[in-house]
Amino acid sequence: MREITNIHTRQILRDRVVQLLVYAAVLLISMVFIWILADLVRGGIAHLSWEFLMESPRDAGRTGGIASILVSTLLILLTALLTAVPVAWTTAILLVEFVPADSPFGKTVRFSLHVLAGVPSIVFGLFGNAFFCIYLGLGFSILSGGLTLACMLLPILTSTAEAGLRAVPHAYRTSASALGLTRTAALVHLILPAAAPVLAAGLLLGIGRALAETAALLFTSGYVERMPDSLLDSGRALALHIFDLSMNVPGGDMPAYASALVLVGLLLCINTLAMKFAYGLQHRKIMT
Amino acid sequence: MNANQYADKPDAFTLGPLEEGSACCDPQPVIQVRNLSLLYDGKTALDKVTLDIYKGCITALIGPSGCGKTSFLSAINRLTDLIPGCRVTGEILVNNRDIHHPDMHVQSLRRQVGMVFQKPTPFPLSIRRNLSLPLNEHGITNKTEVAAIIGQVLRDVGLWDEVHDRLDASALSLSGGQQQRLCIARALALEPQILLMDEPCSALDPLASGVVEDLICRLRGRYTIVIVTHNLAQARRIANYAAFFWVSGRAGQLIEFGRCQHIFESPSHELTAAYVNGVRG
Ligand SMILES: Nc1ncnc2c1ncn2[C@@H]1O[C@H](COP(=O)(O)OP(=O)(O)OP(=O)(O)O)[C@@H](O)[C@H]1O
Ligand SMILES: [Mg+2]
Repeated sequence: MREITNIHTRQILRDRVVQLLVYAAVLLISMVFIWILADLVRGGIAHLSWEFLMESPRDAGRTGGIASILVSTLLILLTALLTAVPVAWTTAILLVEFVPADSPFGKTVRFSLHVLAGVPSIVFGLFGNAFFCIYLGLGFSILSGGLTLACMLLPILTSTAEAGLRAVPHAYRTSASALGLTRTAALVHLILPAAAPVLAAGLLLGIGRALAETAALLFTSGYVERMPDSLLDSGRALALHIFDLSMNVPGGDMPAYASALVLVGLLLCINTLAMKFAYGLQHRKIMT
Repeated sequence: MNANQYADKPDAFTLGPLEEGSACCDPQPVIQVRNLSLLYDGKTALDKVTLDIYKGCITALIGPSGCGKTSFLSAINRLTDLIPGCRVTGEILVNNRDIHHPDMHVQSLRRQVGMVFQKPTPFPLSIRRNLSLPLNEHGITNKTEVAAIIGQVLRDVGLWDEVHDRLDASALSLSGGQQQRLCIARALALEPQILLMDEPCSALDPLASGVVEDLICRLRGRYTIVIVTHNLAQARRIANYAAFFWVSGRAGQLIEFGRCQHIFESPSHELTAAYVNGVRG
């Protein structure tokens, strides 16, 4: 009897310890996030105003706002996503639905993506400069920057989409086929909706990467800070703006903090929206 | 009338003249399997199976695990096409048409030959959408027509009273037995001529299993049913014909095929006798 009680006490104790460790880890992660956010708010909130968002930078960004920077960032991001997402997702669909998992083709594509994922962004920047800016003659432009970012996003978008599609139970495909549905029908009506949350999560990761990117854009979209007229104009991205203000502009700390606050706020909004969207999509599919 | 169609092929398992007892049906073959062999990655899983499946009857496939019953079913609606490394040789005729002929439209074959799996496989959609999606994909889009079919098949499987007021709820919210009946309804909605059922009751409790069994009996005559079951008592209760598969080495073989009563009471092969009696006693 005492033996059993002893074992019980030990198990309960072990349970407690594990629980404690888990809570500690969660707390640590939240603390890092809260600390960064608090620091940004403390440093940047005073400088943040409606005018800051609506005006273009003056005096190398010391005064004025970040309107042109925001527009450039958005244009670069859109260019990158509009080119990378279709390519990445169709590749993932091809890999999962139409090519045997261990085919040489699949292996080659997956290997290239792994290598691509490990390439430092500065190398993408140099490649983008050589290929898009000089070889294709696009110059320092939002288009060059966007396309370079697209190359950088391909691995992460493809591999998350592939993982999401593979996680969809195989039984859906078999029973869809057994009902005489074509592969395309099964893909559109069953597999993509089931994978939508993961696709959205991958998209988010991609957007996060793109918004935070500086090195790849330095040599491709340039850092001209005025409002861009077209995609062929040079434009400065927000992360690059923060880098420039804090490194190259004496007295640029306040606007740098404020810009960083905007960047983090943007990321938070996009996260929340995409999560809501993915949830809604899944929900609606069930309800119709 | 077709009884002697294969009299010239002595190795063919055909019914021959009906034994005494009331005939459940006209012994008219809808599926004719000739020398069917099935290989996974070059390893034989089914070896030269030849048999007929008769119209409107229930044919039970029995045999130990791994003898190729599921593989046999999947070959009939060409679901084996989906498995990389799976090769099928031999001939399968459904309504006298070779299913491997290049002209065969595989989607219409699968519409004609429905399948129900061992594990219920409802889609993560609403109950209604589970039934209407395949209909829509086969060109039946008229809303009233679809609604009528949905009502009909749900009544057929005895699910209507349980779900008619929550057709828009997720199919995943149904119990296991209800999900399986929904899957049967989904197969029936396409008005197949043949229904392949792979251990449809094995994931269900005895009550739900009884409901599904009654349902299968009610479908007799309207559909030709091929059912795999490990439950010999069930096979005996519901089937008109039984096919006994056995596995020697890794290759599954058809040992005996005949009227259910014959297989269970006076099997002509000793393996069949041992299997049937062993499990019973
Ligand atoms: N996808 C597959 N790839 C390779 N081998 C397979 C595959 N499916 C089945 N097999 C093999 O083929 C043989 C027959 O399998 P099958 O599933 O047809 O048996 P079964 O009679 O349905 O068994 P059970 O009663 O357990 O369901 C087995 O030896 C199995 O290992
Ligand atoms: Mg099986």
